[in-house]
Amino acid sequence: MDRKKKKFTPVITVNECKGCERCVYSCPKKVLRLENKLNSYGYRYAFYIGEGCIGCGSCFYTCPEPGAVSIYEETEDNT
Amino acid sequence: MAKKLIYGKPSGFFDTFDRRPGITHSTHYCPGCGHGVLHKLIAEAVADLGMLDKTIFICPVGCSVFGYYYFNMASISVPHGRAPAVATGLVRSNPDCFVISYQGDGDLGAIGFNEFIQAANRGENMAVFFVNNGVYGMTGGQLAPTTLPGQKTLTSPYGRSVENEGYPLKVCEMVAALDSPVYVERTAVTSPKNIRAARAALRKALTYMKEKKGFSLVEFLSGCPVNMKRSAKDTDEWIEKNVIPYFPVKCFKDIANERKPKQSPVGIYDKEKVKDSLLATEKIHPSDESELPVPDIKGELRIKCAGFGGQGILSLGMLIAEAGHLQNLKASWLPSYGPEMRGGTANCSVVLSREAVGSPLVKTADVVLAMNQPSIDKFSPDLRDGGILIYDSVNIKFDNPGKCNVYSLDASMIAKDVIGDVRCANSVMLGAFCEIIRSIDEKSFISSITNNFRGKEKVISMNIKAFQEGRKAVRK
Ligand SMILES: Cc1ncc(C[n+]2csc(CCOP(=O)(O)OP(=O)(O)O)c2C)c(N)n1
Ligand code: SF4
Repeated sequence: MDRKKKKFTPVITVNECKGCERCVYSCPKKVLRLENKLNSYGYRYAFYIGEGCIGCGSCFYTCPEPGAVSIYEETEDNT
Repeated sequence: MAKKLIYGKPSGFFDTFDRRPGITHSTHYCPGCGHGVLHKLIAEAVADLGMLDKTIFICPVGCSVFGYYYFNMASISVPHGRAPAVATGLVRSNPDCFVISYQGDGDLGAIGFNEFIQAANRGENMAVFFVNNGVYGMTGGQLAPTTLPGQKTLTSPYGRSVENEGYPLKVCEMVAALDSPVYVERTAVTSPKNIRAARAALRKALTYMKEKKGFSLVEFLSGCPVNMKRSAKDTDEWIEKNVIPYFPVKCFKDIANERKPKQSPVGIYDKEKVKDSLLATEKIHPSDESELPVPDIKGELRIKCAGFGGQGILSLGMLIAEAGHLQNLKASWLPSYGPEMRGGTANCSVVLSREAVGSPLVKTADVVLAMNQPSIDKFSPDLRDGGILIYDSVNIKFDNPGKCNVYSLDASMIAKDVIGDVRCANSVMLGAFCEIIRSIDEKSFISSITNNFRGKEKVISMNIKAFQEGRKAVRK
């Protein structure tokens, strides 16, 4: 399958994020930002700008919170 | 289009952190903390390597003290710096378990350095994950053994002075110089590249432990943004610019392939033997007297024996515990020694119960047996209302405050004059105890004495006689 056809989506669980920005500065494609709003615990939280993720997992591994970042891969499914 | 999760919360974590009071979906760590980064690597690796059900995670004292909130594996919390000692006990008593000794730089490099270096030198089969964030995080950012020269901390406000505090402790370098350890690597949980190297190192250490190759150490240079008073980003940059040049990130030693899997010496670590030596009261072999009915004790009977060292206080407690055990009660015996070997004070806690014993430490007592003045002064206030006090009236003056049932006898005098050996005074006290408690049969006490002095017929008969004298002499 053509590698370029794959689409990756990082998902941030708003209330598990503490706004430390590790994912923001670790992302090689700079596609994560910090929201100006606060979550229920008073932290600004990260969000995905919607395109450009290459699924490298840097944000996932640099995030100190167990479940704040997940990354999904969407593939062409012919069946 | 099919959606597939490629990176998500590792199964080495609990789904929800129910052990954490209050917030059960996130950690207690500060934003950007290196502990969190490392926790994820551990949770992922232990699960991937199929070691979850055999791994014991040791929570040190430090910010990671609550590790057990998060990891879906066995955990144990230990006193400050003692993780490698506890880990040694765990792997030696059960060589099939895998132990992660997780430690900060204060825990490992300062208070616990001896435990750590000795375990490394013995080559225990364990993985030590050493979080070097250059400060004591939990207590507010004090100087650690690994703080850099010139680095400002709470307790080095002008920067670490090498004249005063010496140079930073290079743990990996020291451990790599020992013969036993098989794998030593320093990594950093900073940039994605470094985190990946840390991930690989951690997996290697776990794999070697799984293969029983011995001792591995992985150090993680790690950020503590709050105490370094920087953002997470500036902390990482600071580590890469200042800490890594001082503490080079590299593999110092990797000789696991030259080593055979560790074999535990046969027999020594036999589970039953370990149990026998640790749980002394389990050693007692029930005799014919165990046919006696289980004494009718409601809840726990909590007993304190106290006196001078040398008066046989600890044996008195043991004789009571054994007697209870012989009648199929659950029994615990916990000695407490004064700093002196002889002539100091000694006391022990004994708990008897029909159910499993809770805390073996007796604070509020149902019965106090006191054999000297300081003991009665100290422990009689701990008696519950209506409790029983038995004391040796040769050594003690006591005014009954009226809250408890007080019994006394001239135990030392009886031992000296009637039995001919003052050392039997504890058996005289035992007789008094038997007479007053009544729920435990006299035969059990006699068997307990017989077991205790097995092989010394003369001592046994003297102590049984002392016991009988005690039963006769006790008075209200
Ligand atoms: C016996 C004992 N001494 C001192 C303390 C106080 N204390 C708690 S945490 C800590 C330092 C922990 O530092 P470190 O091991 O670097 O871990 P971090 O918190 O940085 O992760 C100290 C000294 C203690 N709890 N117990
Ligand atoms: S004080 Fe430092 S080491 Fe402790 S949780 Fe906060 S960032 Fe982590």
